Amino acid sequence: MDLIFLQLLTGLAGASTLFLVAAGLTVIFGVTRVVNFSHGSLYMLGAFIAWSILSRLPREPEYFVLGVLGAALATAVIGALLEVLLLRRIYRAPELLQLLATFGMVLVVQDVALWIWGPVDLSLSRPRWLRGAVEVFGLRFPFYDLVLIVVGPVVLGLLLLLFHRTRWGLLVRAATQDRDMVAALGVDQRVLFTSVFALGAGLAGLGGALALPQGSANLHMDLSVIAEAFVVVVVGGMGSLTGAFLAALLIGVLQAFGIALVPKITLVLVFLVMAAVLVVRPHGLLGKPQAMARGEVEALAPIRPAGPALHVLGLVALVLAILAPFFAGPYLLSVLTEAAVAVLFAASLHVMMGPGGMASFGHAAWFGVGAYAAAFAAKGLGAGMAAGLLLAPFAAGALALLVGAFVVRMSGVYLAMLTLAFAQIAWAVAFQWVEVTGGDNGVLGVWPDAWAADKPTLYWLALLLCVGGALVLRRALFAPFGFALRATRDSALRAEAVGLDAYRLRWVAFGLAGAGAGLSGAVFAYAKGSVFPTYMAIPHSVDALVMVLLGGVQTMAGPIVGAVSFTVLHSWLLMGEFWRIKLGLLIMALVLAFPAGIAGAASAAWERWRGRAP
Amino acid sequence: MSVLVAEGLRKRFGANEAVAGVSLAVEPGEMLALIGPNGAGKSTCFNMLGGQLRPDEGVVRLGERDVTGMAPRHLAHLGVGRTFQITASFASMTVRENVQTALLAQARQAWRFWRAADAQHVAQAEALLSRVGMASQAARPAGVLAYGDLKRLELALALAGKPVLLLMDEPTAGMAPAERAALMALVRGIAREQGVAVLFTEHDMDVVFGHADRVLVLDRGRLIAQGTPAEVRADPRVRAVYLGTAA
Repeated sequence: MDLIFLQLLTGLAGASTLFLVAAGLTVIFGVTRVVNFSHGSLYMLGAFIAWSILSRLPREPEYFVLGVLGAALATAVIGALLEVLLLRRIYRAPELLQLLATFGMVLVVQDVALWIWGPVDLSLSRPRWLRGAVEVFGLRFPFYDLVLIVVGPVVLGLLLLLFHRTRWGLLVRAATQDRDMVAALGVDQRVLFTSVFALGAGLAGLGGALALPQGSANLHMDLSVIAEAFVVVVVGGMGSLTGAFLAALLIGVLQAFGIALVPKITLVLVFLVMAAVLVVRPHGLLGKPQAMARGEVEALAPIRPAGPALHVLGLVALVLAILAPFFAGPYLLSVLTEAAVAVLFAASLHVMMGPGGMASFGHAAWFGVGAYAAAFAAKGLGAGMAAGLLLAPFAAGALALLVGAFVVRMSGVYLAMLTLAFAQIAWAVAFQWVEVTGGDNGVLGVWPDAWAADKPTLYWLALLLCVGGALVLRRALFAPFGFALRATRDSALRAEAVGLDAYRLRWVAFGLAGAGAGLSGAVFAYAKGSVFPTYMAIPHSVDALVMVLLGGVQTMAGPIVGAVSFTVLHSWLLMGEFWRIKLGLLIMALVLAFPAGIAGAASAAWERWRGRAP
Repeated sequence: MSVLVAEGLRKRFGANEAVAGVSLAVEPGEMLALIGPNGAGKSTCFNMLGGQLRPDEGVVRLGERDVTGMAPRHLAHLGVGRTFQITASFASMTVRENVQTALLAQARQAWRFWRAADAQHVAQAEALLSRVGMASQAARPAGVLAYGDLKRLELALALAGKPVLLLMDEPTAGMAPAERAALMALVRGIAREQGVAVLFTEHDMDVVFGHADRVLVLDRGRLIAQGTPAEVRADPRVRAVYLGTAA
């Protein structure tokens, strides 16, 4: 009983910081409709800045409060700057590109933080008053946890007052309902958006600063908190503060008990609870159906089958690729092997994202499942490579069907966030379940069979399976299945009225995408000889997104072009120190310059050129 | 025998009973109009017949088959074609691909993963497009069509399933007067030649009285009158509902 009570209090304390982060995220989304991936980075900056301030201040309580507020304020200013410099330019861009641009920001902030604060975890030596304990019902309970428990509801109260008792709050709520109408009424949207973003950033910074005394400021906290915050926001209902508070309590308490009782499956538990909530209430606990901003749904140009010019180009590229081992050195060959893997990884994401209209932010999960399936076949079963390569797509596809059965009911950012949360959980399982996955050390010695052990043979195998797999997927997209899938994306209402099963089409596309990624993961595992949890990590999911968007979502050749150019970029331009900042800036530049992707831009230019020719 | 029979349909949204006991029957080859002022329950009625809404009470029969609450995609396979008040087509495809997709769906061929779809059902698709006067626009993207052309494309999509019944919600909304008459004449021709039953809602009284064989008048969830256009036009209750004068 005592233990349960203590766990409950710990959970509530954790819920407070989680709420602060989620509140900022949900307020920003409510007004700007941008899902801010970099919100975790602001949380991380809050923690680092708080460390810099607090480690220089006297160790009295009043200075602590001052330091924490200072860190929150500094983060708010940084947030305002980011809004003015980047976000303002992409409010009218498609949702996905917004998410991607803010992920570019995540990468930049990571390297900036690395540059300023270094790679070591920074913790605060806690003053005596912070270390104290309080007797609660005869139990000793850390004083600081109690402080945190109080902070959550207090901040919620203040925010509700701000939104319901001030003119600014009124405008924010009005903009959340209908931002076009608010603009039509002559309110300066730019000031409103910047101030909302600053408020949200400040809340994230406050959360980071308050979390500092219990842990440390480190370079991993951005991505770990953003996945949790997404879960909280989705469970609470996008845009609802009170919903976020309730969801944070739910998740925080669940995690505290989970860690005490069944540490290994805590995150799985969180995902199951989220699934249960969303099945009963698809828009979250207190969420309403999203009000669409007007005039943003634009018709997509029809996808044309490749013309003769493109066929010749593709054939030449394929022949060059097949002949590569005769002229390429070992390094180039391994880059090309990776490019082949990337082609299938990107093509499989494209199936669900382009024609399926379902953007996944967790595609690396299936890649990782495939890689671990191959590792399991090799180490656990002692089976040959063929068995591993066969097992991988089935394992990944089956799991994708299981998760997809529930995920494909969602759409838009909800779907993106759910896939991200699932991938994060898969990553955590791989990371924590040391007995099976080897944890951070990974699984080593996943070697190909002797006949495929030399580099050229392995490369040809990768080319056959991955590029072959991508071409098979492409074929399916031009077959009746692909037409039907696009039909459900264009208009589910009309698709059902002509007799198509929209849900099942989306579901199968999800499973197919998972199976394709699983196969690419297995090939990668044999090529590298090892499997690590990072295969499933968020940055790898984003790699896939960048590849697809780089190529252009609405072109069928897009993923192939995108995957190859991304791999080349990665191998030559993005090596060495501070590659994140380069990649981040590149992503942002691409989003700003080519909203339709490279292949999309090329095909538009081609159409223009052809249009001008007689 | 009637193509479609509905008996005692009711649907309640909270305290508001949108449809309060409606019964109707549509005969083969007949153009039946469902009219009424705003909020009379036309769309609710329509959505219960088309499978978008499940009635609280009542039965819908297609031929002899009870189809109450059946999903739209199953109705489509039983020969119910549907057009929507706000047109819905596959905007990222060409006009012909739209029709091909509908034909593939109706032939239960959507789950084929290999042979290219744009070579399938070509002749049938072009025949349907000629039927609705869209053959010359077959290669254009559906996303750029003029509104009247979209309505005609929708009709072709609805006809792809060789329907026994067409449900058309405001088929001429948003069209120019000349276009309206042409579209309704086209639908009427299809109804006559192929024995298709057509049930439509409409705001434009010229369309209703010029093209319907029979008219049902709905007010506050109930049928208040039915008969030939001339009978309905003369009915004092209908005049009261539309003109607000006491009967």
